[in-house]
Amino acid sequence: MTGAESGGPAAEAYAGLGDWTPESLVVPGEVRAVVSAPHPVLSRAADEVDPTAKETVQLAADLVATMRVSPGCVGLAAPQVGVGARVFAVDVTGHPKAVTVHGTFVLCNARVVEATRWKAGREGCMSVPDLTGDVKRASRLVVEGDLPGTGKPVRLVTDGFEARALQHEIDHCAGLLFLDRVAGAHAVYQRKVYL
Amino acid sequence: MNELAITVIGRDRPGIVADVAEVLARLGANLTDSTMTRLRGHFAMTLICTGPAAAEVEAALVPLAAEGQLLATVRAVTPDGEVPPAGEPYVMAVHGSDRMGIVAAMTRVLVDAGGNVTDLSTRLAGSLYVVLAEVELPAGVADTLVDRLHRTAAELGVEVTLRPADPDLL
Repeated sequence: MTGAESGGPAAEAYAGLGDWTPESLVVPGEVRAVVSAPHPVLSRAADEVDPTAKETVQLAADLVATMRVSPGCVGLAAPQVGVGARVFAVDVTGHPKAVTVHGTFVLCNARVVEATRWKAGREGCMSVPDLTGDVKRASRLVVEGDLPGTGKPVRLVTDGFEARALQHEIDHCAGLLFLDRVAGAHAVYQRKVYL
Repeated sequence: MNELAITVIGRDRPGIVADVAEVLARLGANLTDSTMTRLRGHFAMTLICTGPAAAEVEAALVPLAAEGQLLATVRAVTPDGEVPPAGEPYVMAVHGSDRMGIVAAMTRVLVDAGGNVTDLSTRLAGSLYVVLAEVELPAGVADTLVDRLHRTAAELGVEVTLRPADPDLL
């Protein structure tokens, strides 16, 4: 699927993150409470947002703030803080499995446009604190979305751990948990250590 | 609240899970953790339930067992006490020619290193024997354990790999 087919801007309109940083949001982020499954907001496809709207910008800042205070957290989607909006924050900086790293960023209305080289890996989620599961994810990924604030369309090409994190967060925005993608009946595990 | 350990095993046929689960639901027995799988044509269920008394569940399962197709056992167990601190999660995979004592020897090596097996399954396909085990290990023992596992595997004529299974938190 391309941006054009999905009704988004033509592919050539997309750029990378450019000089966007969380500080571009200007508003200070507030830490929000993270919801756990079972919660209906986690199982509902979230709504598309206006990336330039004041509440979207505040939500983006809050997601970054909440992600930063949560130990080991490399990504957080709006449904995880109880908001049914297609917005998420990601930051895999410093993670030992990360290859390509785009730093801290927030995407609105993101979608996967290319996914290849599928690899299995074990995932955990802040909203499913007691379980982990084996999930196949693409290790090469192209994602398109809009930056909060400017609304500028971006196209990110990434791989490895950042690709896994992006797919996990995009799934949250579609109302899917890793539990919806586990490899089989014996691929969910009790998680005993919360890092 | 009663906690019950229930096992059901019998010649596999469609509907075993639905039949047993229906009986339990009718009694108000809440199915908590369980594994249910087919083992060489037999369907085996191991379940923990909370709710009714053991005798009540046992009696309710009798009609299913009466056809001679299923063997069910029910017994009261003590709920989880204090959970000991978990180790680092690893997966041990063993495969090779079938022979006596593979599981015994390999899991003994794990135990001697302070490991705790939390999940294990075996498959025999022709002469190929496969063991997959989830094991929690004390910090820092994996490297020396790998050597010991290789030595034991070599004595048995099988292959072994031990790999970390730590989850990525997203």
